[in-house]
Order: sequence, then structure tokens, then C-alpha cells
Amino acid sequence: MSLKAFHIVFITLSSALALGCGVWLLVSGFSAGGMKKDVFFGISSLVGAVALIFYGRYFLKKLKNVSYL
Amino acid sequence: MDFPYIVEPRRDTGLYNAKLGIWLFLASEVMLFGALFSAYVLLRVGAEPGMWPHGWLNVYIGTANTIVLITSSITTVMAWVSCKLRQYRRFKFFHALTIVLAMTFVCIKSYEYHDKFTHYEITLANGKFADGHLVERSKDFDLAKKTGRVTIHGHEVDHEVELMDMQRPEARHIQREELTIPATDIKKMERYGPWHHTYLAIYFTLTALHAFHVICGALVIGFLWGPGSRMWHTDPERFTNRIEVSGLFWHFVDLIWIFLFPVLYLL
Repeated sequence: MSLKAFHIVFITLSSALALGCGVWLLVSGFSAGGMKKDVFFGISSLVGAVALIFYGRYFLKKLKNVSYL
Repeated sequence: MDFPYIVEPRRDTGLYNAKLGIWLFLASEVMLFGALFSAYVLLRVGAEPGMWPHGWLNVYIGTANTIVLITSSITTVMAWVSCKLRQYRRFKFFHALTIVLAMTFVCIKSYEYHDKFTHYEITLANGKFADGHLVERSKDFDLAKKTGRVTIHGHEVDHEVELMDMQRPEARHIQREELTIPATDIKKMERYGPWHHTYLAIYFTLTALHAFHVICGALVIGFLWGPGSRMWHTDPERFTNRIEVSGLFWHFVDLIWIFLFPVLYLL
């Protein structure tokens, strides 16, 4: 597996983490005893997840000629 | 004597020597971290109900470190791409950024460790518990001789179990204040080190081992950025392979953190 393939795996897992973290913070923010900063960071995390997905697409386009092996 | 497959990949495996070597090494690393993750799961499953800590770590600091490592993996890949495009100056820039980000990670981690080593749980003589960060000890403070006093910034609870889940709504809104406690009122005083709780033992083991990998990776990247970069002028193809191999190791280290962060900080 080349660095290109590993990077794609890594970015996929990172965006999944950011997505999960965002949902976790939003649920925590809107439940009893939740804080405003949870909502803020939850939304930031979701924005981060979307940014990572777009970066992954850009990276794939940029390195389309490099092997996955 | 020339070694084969240093630069060009072997036809049957499709890999050059260094790439095969690093994947074998990473496989052994997976076993090492896999064993520690299994230990974490068994310790957590085996803990008494309500006695496994929640919210003992600062999620925002952990998030900052996660962002630092994700960014560093991007800069590592950009350094490799720059080598492939024969852009030496861009490679130097991105690799320097990776080193700076690695050092940032280590600094943030050190701050977290310091925070834990100045955090105390105090068992009081009246059966209650005081918990918080050390502000100061009087010069004559001696727990064995029961002299002096200690001041912490924290709060007091009736039962130890109340200190376990700091993520519950009431715990998140606790008002912390400075508490001065005379040594005569203290039965036991223990900082949040690895000996305090099995959660902290596995936390320190996993994160210290991970931080050691970060430091080693930064040293290798630093070498390739500095003296090791001379190879660029004699054998750029082989040098690019070296950058790829160091990048694979760095991605592995980052990937471990991607699993560590939710397991230790969120769940």
C-alpha cells in the first residue's frame, strides 16, 4: 500500500471521527445540562468533517496518476 | 555490490525493499498497540459498575491535538508529493511544518500530563473527598507528621463514586473554589498519576507510548529534512522513497491517535 492509499484511509477515518465527534457534542449540547460551547464545537467539528471530505476528493484528483501500491 | 529493489519495485510484490520493511514493522506495531487496546477493553469491562471514570480528560485539548496530527499527516503527504514533482523547496517547507506540528503535539501532551500530576484526590478524615488542582502547600506541610496545610482549587464530595463521572450534567456545572485543608484533616492524598486508577494507568501507558512514537518519527523526519536530504542531489528517486516510508510511519502514528482520542477522551 502506497502513502497515497494510506492517506486516503486516514482521511476517511478522520472525517468519520470528526462527524462522530460533532454529533456527540451536539447531542451533549442540546441535552439537559448542556453547554453553549458544546454546540459551537459540535458545529465546528461537522464543518471540519465536510472540509476533510472535500480535501480527500481534491487529493484523489491531484494524485490520480500515482499507484495505490 | 548493488542491492536490488532499492529504488524500483520488485515485480512479484510490487514493492521496493524499504516499503516492504516498513509494512512488516508496522504489522508488529499493530500487535503492540492491539494488545494495549485489548488491555483497555478488559480493564474497562472488568471495572465495578460506576467506577470507570468519565470526563477526567479535557476533550478540547484532546481535540486540539487531533487537529495538529491530522494537519501534520497532510503536510507529510504534501512533502512527498513535492518530491515526486521535483520541488525541493516545497518539500523542505512541508517537512519543516511537520516537525513543528510534531513538537506542538508533544508540548500539548506535556501540558496535559502536568495537569494530571498537579491534580489531587484527598480523602478527608471525616470520610468526605476533596478533589482539585494544587495551589500551594505550606512550608511545614508534612502528611506523616500531620503538620501544615494544603490549598487546592476544586470541590468537595461525600462519596468517591461522585468523582468518577465528571461528564454528567451536575458535575459539569460544579463551582470550583480554593479549599485550604489542614494536614490533620487529611487521611490520604494522591495525585492523578498512573497509580491512582487503572484508567490512568492505561491512559499513561498508551499515550506515553504514542508520544514516544511521535518523538521518534519527528527525529527521523528531522534527519531527512536536515543531513539526510543530501541524498536528494545524488539519488532523488531513492530519497523520495525514503520520504514515502517515513510518511507511512507518520500516518500509522496519526492513525493510532485517531483511535486513542475517542476511546480515552469521549467514550
